Amino acid sequence: MMNHYMTRFMDIKVLVAMSGGVDSSVAAALLKEQGYDLIGVTMSLSCSSKSSDRGCCSFDAAKDAKKVAELLGFPHYTLNFKDDFQHYVIDNFIEEYINGRTPNPCVRCNQFMKFDLLMRKARELGAEFVATGHYARIGKYETNLKSQALNYKLFKGVDDRKDQSYALYTMNQESLAHTLFPLGEMTKDEVREKAKELKLPVAEKAESQELCFVEGDDYGKFLKEFCPEAVKPGPILDKDGNIIGLHGGIAFYTIGQRKGIGAHRGNPKYVVEIDRGKNAIVIGDQDDTLGKELVAEQFNLIAGSVDRLIGRELEVTAKIRYNSPAAEAVLKVEHGTQNTEHRARVIFKKPQRAITPGQSVVFYRGEEALGGGVIQRE
Amino acid sequence: MKKIYLDYAATTPVEPKVVEAMRPYHSEKFGNPSSIHSYGQETRAAIEQAREKVARLIGAKPDEIVFTSGGTEADNMALEGVAFANETMGNHIITSSIEHPAVLECCRFLETRGFSVTYLPVDEFGVVSPESVRAAITEKTILVSIMHANNEIGTIQPIAEIAKEIGVRSSESGRKIYFHTDAVQTVGHIPANVDELGVDLLAVSAHKLYGPKGTGFLYVRKGTKLVSLIHGGSQEHNRRGSTENLTGIVGFGAAAEIAAREMGSEIKKMTPLRDKLIKDVLAKIPDTQLNGHPTLRLPNNVNFSINFIEGESILLNLDLEGIAASTGSACSSGTFEPSHVLKAIGLSYQLAHGSIRFSLGKHTTEAEIDQVVEVLDKVVKKLRAMSPLVKGGK
Repeated sequence: MMNHYMTRFMDIKVLVAMSGGVDSSVAAALLKEQGYDLIGVTMSLSCSSKSSDRGCCSFDAAKDAKKVAELLGFPHYTLNFKDDFQHYVIDNFIEEYINGRTPNPCVRCNQFMKFDLLMRKARELGAEFVATGHYARIGKYETNLKSQALNYKLFKGVDDRKDQSYALYTMNQESLAHTLFPLGEMTKDEVREKAKELKLPVAEKAESQELCFVEGDDYGKFLKEFCPEAVKPGPILDKDGNIIGLHGGIAFYTIGQRKGIGAHRGNPKYVVEIDRGKNAIVIGDQDDTLGKELVAEQFNLIAGSVDRLIGRELEVTAKIRYNSPAAEAVLKVEHGTQNTEHRARVIFKKPQRAITPGQSVVFYRGEEALGGGVIQRE
Repeated sequence: MKKIYLDYAATTPVEPKVVEAMRPYHSEKFGNPSSIHSYGQETRAAIEQAREKVARLIGAKPDEIVFTSGGTEADNMALEGVAFANETMGNHIITSSIEHPAVLECCRFLETRGFSVTYLPVDEFGVVSPESVRAAITEKTILVSIMHANNEIGTIQPIAEIAKEIGVRSSESGRKIYFHTDAVQTVGHIPANVDELGVDLLAVSAHKLYGPKGTGFLYVRKGTKLVSLIHGGSQEHNRRGSTENLTGIVGFGAAAEIAAREMGSEIKKMTPLRDKLIKDVLAKIPDTQLNGHPTLRLPNNVNFSINFIEGESILLNLDLEGIAASTGSACSSGTFEPSHVLKAIGLSYQLAHGSIRFSLGKHTTEAEIDQVVEVLDKVVKKLRAMSPLVKGGK
């Protein structure tokens, strides 16, 4: 039976990014049901030692995606993006650790791999949209009735636990106009239910690991192999600069971390600073990890004019890491060091725990993600 | 949408006559060829007939044929089999830099087992010079492996001349140097006679010549020292344990018989189609070049570099238009890797990435070639309009 969508969407070509997991598989299935003309693509991103280093055969994720595409009845391709992924994501990841920061590679992967390179590939294949299995929503508004100019906004996914808008704050009007997030209105449970109902071969698949290019989530091994500089032993200092122990490499630590520090004089201790110059970590009490202000660079505003924000104070909520709740804050936007860039100054209403350089801060007003930037050292 | 298949170098459709020949050997004549009873006798006879047919195709004796699971196994058997059987004589192997992974990966493996391998360069057309082979031979050389024709760019190697050089060096030193050729792209398509080529070993795959997948053979010249890689049975003259792939072997025999009969007319039909495709594309699409040798090439192979755009994008667009081509050697997951062959003939990164291979077959028609040229032109125009490498493109 043809539903009303079908006549509408039949000729609209969509490139659906498929990781082989449940989310992107269900996203593809939903678009197929709505009648879009789909092309499935799995991005081959890293040479994990899990498969042979040739990486071209028996790539499990691509196989699962292929199975789903076959079942739903649309073509699927595995495309090689390894060089670009190395350049835009892994090299930056390593550099950030060497600089004593805690990077967020998923943000960059979305920015460069999915909503730039993959989007270009979509255009080459004649597809108008890129679709992904992200839990986020896109709203379309007419800003000017006469010109019919459209304004796109990014919103949190309705499933609060799965919302991925945080990692999508680098999107812009151009990318939002050509992106579909079919799962934005669904909860993870509903997605799993849908996968079972459609008997998708990936319905029972576990959540994917934290970072796709670090095998078995073994950061230590990965960093030892790719950035030995960041895993040189060094001193653990207290706030007064006294050496009170040794650490195995600054890359193993992040601001606010308690594990691996041990207790000193009875109180649990936390990492409060990573000093790259001294190859040292500085520890302190829990309260020392609290901060009320931060500065973020590479500020991106998703909708509207950034120039009109300059000099104004904006009441927002802000998330300083993927899984932290959004906290009330005042946002001030300034010109950055480079002409084209902007900088965000954030003052929280209440002190925040472990504001971590390298992580992103993302601003919200209610459900809407306004934009964000990369947290700098104070 | 009428589909056009131009990827015969990846695999070919099985000939209906071959399917017919195989049919009785599934359920009707199913005996284990090693069994003594009548069931076994009739299937043993079928296998030996097939062996004669494939041997005839390459001018070999039937007992010089070892059936395998395909071309890759045949290459492995040749390289590892000869290397391990002759390691007391020397540990040096010579091959080219443009071999199929079935040979290259085998060499890399042997390097981890104490062998040293010389990877000979090729010229701009992909030709290995016989002189370079001669110059690379040392007193430790036990094996040379050079493919008969390249699977990506179709260049045919001077195998007989290389064999002569090896023969001269062999007799000078009084030590046998074995010569293997991967003939997966040639047998059944162009003449490949083991005596004329002067090889000791030669690998063939059935599915490249309209036979079934999962079947191949290695020609092993009488007297060649070879260790067995698959133990557990005395099949194939103790060279490969395992109950024979009866239907596959029967199909291979039938396909070989047809190929021997039709080869001459196929070459006559295919070569002008190949040349038309080359001529029309080069004339119609600017900034395009032919990869491989202009004349010393397989009658069914065409490989272009189309500047400013990626072969991958061309391939996908063609596929969406129902045209099947390739960017090099096919891979199980359909991933695209930069081609080692195109790098070896000196192509820039950009041109190597802009390559596309069309391989013709017995069902290819002139109308299909016209259609492909037209669609390719359209696709290239579209992609170039978007390419950041083209002036005026976005």
